[in-house]
Amino acid sequence: MNSNLFIVIAASAIFYGTPLFFAALGGVFTERSGVLNLGVEGMMLIGGVTAAWSSLHVGGSAWFTVLVALCVAMLAGSILASLHAFLCVTLKANQTVAGLSITIFAGAVGLSSYFANIWKVAEDPVTRQVRKLDVLGLADTPILGPLFFNHTILTYLSWAMCAVASWYLFRTKIGLQLRAVGESPQTADAMGINVVKYRYIHTMLGGALAGLGGAFYSLAIVPTWVDGMTKGAGWIAIALVIFGFWRPGLTLLGAYLFGALQSLGTVLKSRSFDIPGDVLDALPFVMTIVVLVLVSTRFAHKRIGAPAALGVPYEREER
Amino acid sequence: MAESAVRMTGVVKRFPGVVANDGVNFEVMKGEVHALLGENGAGKSTLSNILTGLYRPDEGTIELDGSTVSFGSPRSALDAGIGMVHQHFRLVEPFTVAENVILGNPETPFVIDTGSTVERVAELAKRYDMAVDPNAKIWQLSVGEQQRVEILKVLYRGARVLILDEPTAVLTPIEAEALFKTLRAMTAEGRTVIFISHKLDEVMSVSDRITVLRSGRTVGTVATKDTSTRELAGMMVGRSVEFSRAVRRNPGVSSDVVLSLTDVNCNDDRGRQALHGVNVTVGRGEIVGVAGVAGNGQRELAEVIAGMRSSTGGRIAIEDKPVLNGRARAAIAGGVAHVPEDRLHTGLAAGHSVEDNMALKNYRTPLLSRFGLLKRNIITTQADDLVMKYDVKTPDTGTPVRLLSGGNVQKVLLAREFSTNPKVLVAASPTRGLDVGAIETVRERLVEAADNGVGILLISEDLEEIMSLADRIVVMYEGRLVADMPATGATREQLGLLMGGATLEASR
Ligand SMILES: Nc1ncnc2c1ncn2[C@@H]1O[C@H](COP(=O)(O)OP(=O)(O)O)[C@@H](O)[C@H]1O
Ligand SMILES: [Mg+2]
Repeated sequence: MNSNLFIVIAASAIFYGTPLFFAALGGVFTERSGVLNLGVEGMMLIGGVTAAWSSLHVGGSAWFTVLVALCVAMLAGSILASLHAFLCVTLKANQTVAGLSITIFAGAVGLSSYFANIWKVAEDPVTRQVRKLDVLGLADTPILGPLFFNHTILTYLSWAMCAVASWYLFRTKIGLQLRAVGESPQTADAMGINVVKYRYIHTMLGGALAGLGGAFYSLAIVPTWVDGMTKGAGWIAIALVIFGFWRPGLTLLGAYLFGALQSLGTVLKSRSFDIPGDVLDALPFVMTIVVLVLVSTRFAHKRIGAPAALGVPYEREER
Repeated sequence: MAESAVRMTGVVKRFPGVVANDGVNFEVMKGEVHALLGENGAGKSTLSNILTGLYRPDEGTIELDGSTVSFGSPRSALDAGIGMVHQHFRLVEPFTVAENVILGNPETPFVIDTGSTVERVAELAKRYDMAVDPNAKIWQLSVGEQQRVEILKVLYRGARVLILDEPTAVLTPIEAEALFKTLRAMTAEGRTVIFISHKLDEVMSVSDRITVLRSGRTVGTVATKDTSTRELAGMMVGRSVEFSRAVRRNPGVSSDVVLSLTDVNCNDDRGRQALHGVNVTVGRGEIVGVAGVAGNGQRELAEVIAGMRSSTGGRIAIEDKPVLNGRARAAIAGGVAHVPEDRLHTGLAAGHSVEDNMALKNYRTPLLSRFGLLKRNIITTQADDLVMKYDVKTPDTGTPVRLLSGGNVQKVLLAREFSTNPKVLVAASPTRGLDVGAIETVRERLVEAADNGVGILLISEDLEEIMSLADRIVVMYEGRLVADMPATGATREQLGLLMGGATLEASR
């Protein structure tokens, strides 16, 4: 492959992979606490529509507007996630059903589209966007420029988050206790760890990150509101959590791999390669299916270390 | 006069359908090993769960060092100095020993310093003479080592009162001795130990005083030096018990082999070898007892015979006809019946009705179905008959089995297994967790089946049960059968030693 083409694909893999990573990192936190969240797609779309609205309506400097929009998206995502936590942790509902309901309720042709309608966000393009930066003026450096110095602020944030998240999960006391809650809530409870609190907080944190991922679509990728604009990114993110073995670093790599698959279509088309677009667009999903099938095998399940209590509500006075 | 460490007065705890603690009074002095003795289901675990804040009592008071306390959570009990080693370990398997020990400890710094934690855990382990590697992952440890981690956990938290719930149930006799030494070392330092057990001998050897519970009530507290096993047994079951060998109408014939295993190997769920060249035969009408501490391959042995697990070598035959490897249906067709350890979830479909469960094994036969359609009325009649015959206490045959009590669940399972006229029955801990009445019924059924010619492989940790029922006893240790002897010659001591890994010669 032509090295120039390779760089273009790598740079855009990072671009497309960024929102996937946010949502998947959120999934890592949520699942590490033992809660399965299939509502990611819905949370991303809610994040996307609230970010678009804020970007259109909040005044002040462009930077300020974008910052507010991102915060609003995270807040919206976490509010939706708190509903999920209420269903799964407090009411001990079936987590698969609860997550699916949230995606159906909030996703495309659901709440997000309704908000878009009443707020009329789809009518104007978002002008206050999350734009690519020219870091230290090095963006035009060959090879290194597009790879490292020409990303949006959110991509740099995601790199920092990846490092902090690894540190948090594997080096701090709270991280250790979080993982204990996801592995064996009985043990955590007996050691005086508040299982309900950990599950709520990390489910909501997951929702906030999904919202942030959604905002990346409406403020950077598209950038305007389009119904169902994430086009299944939430589902890819859920697969990524597994693909990344519930570890932030591997999840980041996985996100870029899927980002590359997504960008392949756009890049190749623009260079008039003769591959049907639909085939290219389907690639990430084909890959998702392949990954999920591979990791669902008995062998994989034993080895890859899914949190043992994932998807299981915790009840104290039960045997 | 010694000072009181813990005093529980009039403690009541109700669960749906049972009163687990019914006005329990219990007082423990500082620096003593106090045994809490009682049969399965007497309410010992419930009482200790109340003391550690896991359950809230419905009535009653708890005093710690003379002042009334009320624990809303395990954390508040831990902070007050009460730590518990649970019957079912509370450990995070993928974590290391050190990580488990510091879990939930408020003194752990925000950023974990692995080096110094490991050091401190190692030091603590050394002080109480407990060999365990702080860097090992829990799943790599033996049960005995895992228990040491549990003890380290509560010691690390600075517990002054330690509760151990049936700590020896999973230990070899040698490991149990080591545990008793550790307990002594702890009381010598002024800590208080509450030792829960239903085993008379060890209670006699380890405790200073004993409180006996029966059906959720306190029977009394006695000083160990003033009592005897016989008296304790009487307090525990409410009548004097004599342990006797079951009476057999037709003793089994070892030479007329119905089940034979030749050099059978298989792996456990983790892919490690669980059975190492197992050879065993069961004769027609013979009861062969498999003794051993749980986790030495018993579960895998039962599953391999029942076709629920594939063997990785060797031959399994019923009446000398080999059975297809790893096919439950082939095993059933060959005449194998199976009463698994986890009766409610492996043995039965918990949410399904009594009658559906009873039909589970022969619904495919022309008797119960035609053209793939079930004959419901015949299924119900069959179930009614079995319910009568096996004296199952259930409102009707449409009741889901999960609503039945443990003894009745087991009767449903036995009824179904025997209804297929098996040649061989593999029974894993068939009376564990049952009340005295149900235990008797289950044992009677087993003996009756053997009298009718069924070869029975009885896997049990309960030596009394094996010695009173079996014609022949084999001992399992680390996936191997280490002894094979007639039951009449075997003694408890000898079996105990063999279960702990001693050789047959050394055990004589
Ligand atoms: N969480 C629970 N829910 C319902 N019943 C329970 C629960 N825990 C214990 N029981 C019942 O309470 C009684 C006492 O149980 P337990 O305290 O475990 O006895 P022990 O530890 O002495 O064997 C038993 O009949 C048991 O079935
Ligand atoms: Mg108990």
